Amino acid sequence: MAATFQGLGAAAALSLSGSFDPNRLHLPCRRSLSVTRLSFVVRLEERIVSGSNLPPRRAQQLVSKAVATKADAASASTASKPGHELLLFEALREGLEEEMDRDPQVCVMGEDVGHYGGSYKVTKGLADKFGDLRVLDTPIAENAFTGMGIGAAMTGLRPVVEGMNMGFLLLAFNQISNNCGMLHYTSGGQFKIPIVIRGPGGVGRQLGAEHSQRLESYFQSIPGIQMVACSTPYNAKGLMKAAIRSENPVILFEHVLLYNLKERIPDEEYVLNLEEAEMVRPGEHITILTYSRMRYHVMQAAKTLVNKGYDPEVIDIRSLKPFDLYTIGNSVKKTHRVLIVEECMRTGGIGASLTAAITENFHDYLDAPIMCLSSQDVPTPYAGTLENWTVVQPAQIVTAVEQLCQ
Amino acid sequence: MATAFSSINVVQHARCDNFSVASRKPSSAFLGSTYSIRLSPSASRSASVSAAVNRKASSVSAVSEVVKEKKQKSVSSGSNLLITKEEGLEVYEDMVLGRVFEDMCAQMYYRGKMFGFVHLYNGQEAVSTGFIKLLKKEDCVVSTYRDHVHALSKGVPAREVMSELFGKTTGCCRGQGGSMHMFSKEHNLIGGFAFIGEGIPIATGAAFTSKYRREVLKEADCDHVTVAFFGDGTCNNGQFYECLNMAALWKLPIVFVVENNLWAIGMSHLRSTSDPEIWKKGPAFGMPGVHVDGMDVLKVREVAKEAIGRARRGEGPTLVECETYRFRGHSLADPDELRDPDEKARYAARDPIAALKKYMFENNLVKEAELKAIDKKIDELVEDAVEFADESPQPSRSQLLENVFADPKGFGIGPDGRYRCEDPKFTEGTAHV
Repeated sequence: MAATFQGLGAAAALSLSGSFDPNRLHLPCRRSLSVTRLSFVVRLEERIVSGSNLPPRRAQQLVSKAVATKADAASASTASKPGHELLLFEALREGLEEEMDRDPQVCVMGEDVGHYGGSYKVTKGLADKFGDLRVLDTPIAENAFTGMGIGAAMTGLRPVVEGMNMGFLLLAFNQISNNCGMLHYTSGGQFKIPIVIRGPGGVGRQLGAEHSQRLESYFQSIPGIQMVACSTPYNAKGLMKAAIRSENPVILFEHVLLYNLKERIPDEEYVLNLEEAEMVRPGEHITILTYSRMRYHVMQAAKTLVNKGYDPEVIDIRSLKPFDLYTIGNSVKKTHRVLIVEECMRTGGIGASLTAAITENFHDYLDAPIMCLSSQDVPTPYAGTLENWTVVQPAQIVTAVEQLCQ
Repeated sequence: MATAFSSINVVQHARCDNFSVASRKPSSAFLGSTYSIRLSPSASRSASVSAAVNRKASSVSAVSEVVKEKKQKSVSSGSNLLITKEEGLEVYEDMVLGRVFEDMCAQMYYRGKMFGFVHLYNGQEAVSTGFIKLLKKEDCVVSTYRDHVHALSKGVPAREVMSELFGKTTGCCRGQGGSMHMFSKEHNLIGGFAFIGEGIPIATGAAFTSKYRREVLKEADCDHVTVAFFGDGTCNNGQFYECLNMAALWKLPIVFVVENNLWAIGMSHLRSTSDPEIWKKGPAFGMPGVHVDGMDVLKVREVAKEAIGRARRGEGPTLVECETYRFRGHSLADPDELRDPDEKARYAARDPIAALKKYMFENNLVKEAELKAIDKKIDELVEDAVEFADESPQPSRSQLLENVFADPKGFGIGPDGRYRCEDPKFTEGTAHV
């Protein structure tokens, strides 16, 4: 036992910054010790071997209320060339433009996407380049133009429908649920619907209740669609391209506060996998599952946690439907503790589904109940202070981890 | 441009001088509405030709067409018949197929061969035949839950439709759609929708694709037209108006056909609509609105020719209101107690099949024997369809999880690292999704 502790201490000192107190490490004590120790040792060896190969972790400078404006080189990008720096909305545009260049059937529809360039500038310049029909300014009729996109997708085009704010797509729920998700099935596989529905959602900076909605919880039950959430310029571009190339209908969730994130991304073309989760920070003690903006709150909490001696493993699940049970499962098997941090509402949110999925599949590996931190079931208030209290803050994450790791 | 409609009301809108310059912009200038100003709205819109022609400075809206009313067809002369013998037989056969098929559906339903909601089209055959028989195979048709006859008119074999109704795997949608979701990629039938109104945006999208193909993908010969069928109840739904706006705005090649049978289940059209004349709503959005007697297939056909021709030439959409009637209830579950028996009797006397027969006999187009031969042929066809459907297999369990995604990777990655669709339980249909 002592030898193991010492070994861990050495390994930990190799790869963790900050002081490490081996006495703070808590072994899971509900299982038979021998089994645990064995697995612990195995993990330890793996850790020592791979410690030096760990990609450099990025320090996230994010104040809880404001948008992160600068970030250092991405840990996720493994560019061989230097790459180029850009903001997240530019990365989305780059991905969209590359796909439109590549395939003339890709078109964009939405409010103010053409001449205005998009309310968040994701489609800026595209109408000049591709014309008014390919980058279509629609009237304010979400249900109808989303349905039009679906009809166009069924007859051979590959539209990208933009909801100016994700919340507006509630008006298109009829089309998204009944037609987008179901028609491939009810037509017996005759018509495919390669549509991408995208837009910014999430709690912004005092935008009020209706502009601060998280629709991922409402859409997740629709059969036949995939949902992904981007969180960095690197995965934004990759997921945009993957979503456009996918034959399935994909809903791409962006976040209002993340559009100005800057990152260096590779020059060469890359497409990410729609169904895979992203390992943000490997760790040993606890698995923290998150997506979109909460990733940054988690990473900020991770700094504090590391200083306190914890080693959280942070995974950006990215694929909200379906869940990447492989990455998640491997992590659960390693750490035995799960914390889900999300911006969704508590009731019926992504976290609730994820909790159910993990419990179903990995119950035996858990040493503590899964804890899920979500936004309060409250319409987002306008007042800044109240708004802060509706979403999960880094301090809450730290407390939760401490609680789980006792 | 003069076109001939017979015995119909057409809204006339003379072109205002202010508009004429704007509307000569090339169709590729995709700037949206070409109307710069609106004059004061006219007090009332007269449906008569002469009054409208006099109203030169009328506000709006529609693309103008000066329509001359055609003289009522004289029975004696055969030189200006509305239809040739071949066309007449084709049209007759299609309507009889629709009628016999629907009657057979009712029989099969009461025998327990099909279940759920089945909505029959008896009495409205003139609308389906009148429009769809003028379409090419590449043209798209979008319908509602009352879609069996639209499918048959478009060319989907009766066998496939009947199998679909029986829920067999040989159905046009492999048994997965049912009565309300008829689809056929081969015949470009894009549904089949259960909620009213939700097919109209889909139709608008299909028309958009046609325009896109011509103008962006430069397929110069792409002039495919989409015809959207829906009822009077749908005309109070927001999606209808949103699509009228977009179709007129972008001059999409689409025809909106309202099958106004005066009843939405038990809700009379007059009780639910502030202005029951639906054709009037077309000009409000900038497209011609036409009202036609939907119990007369020849009149419907004339209007359809013009409307489809307009769309094909790139002149934009048309709203056609067909006054028609369903002889049966809303669905086979509807006791149909609210409708006045006198009303039913009046419309039964205007049975479109009987009317066409009468026209063809009076004009010596066909002989009794030829029509009887068609009747027999159709009876056999429908019997064969029932037999085929009866003998077809039910879908096996393996079909359950197919077709949920076009790319089954969408089911995600399982705990073992493999895509879940690679799991044999998926092809067997026993996996839990």
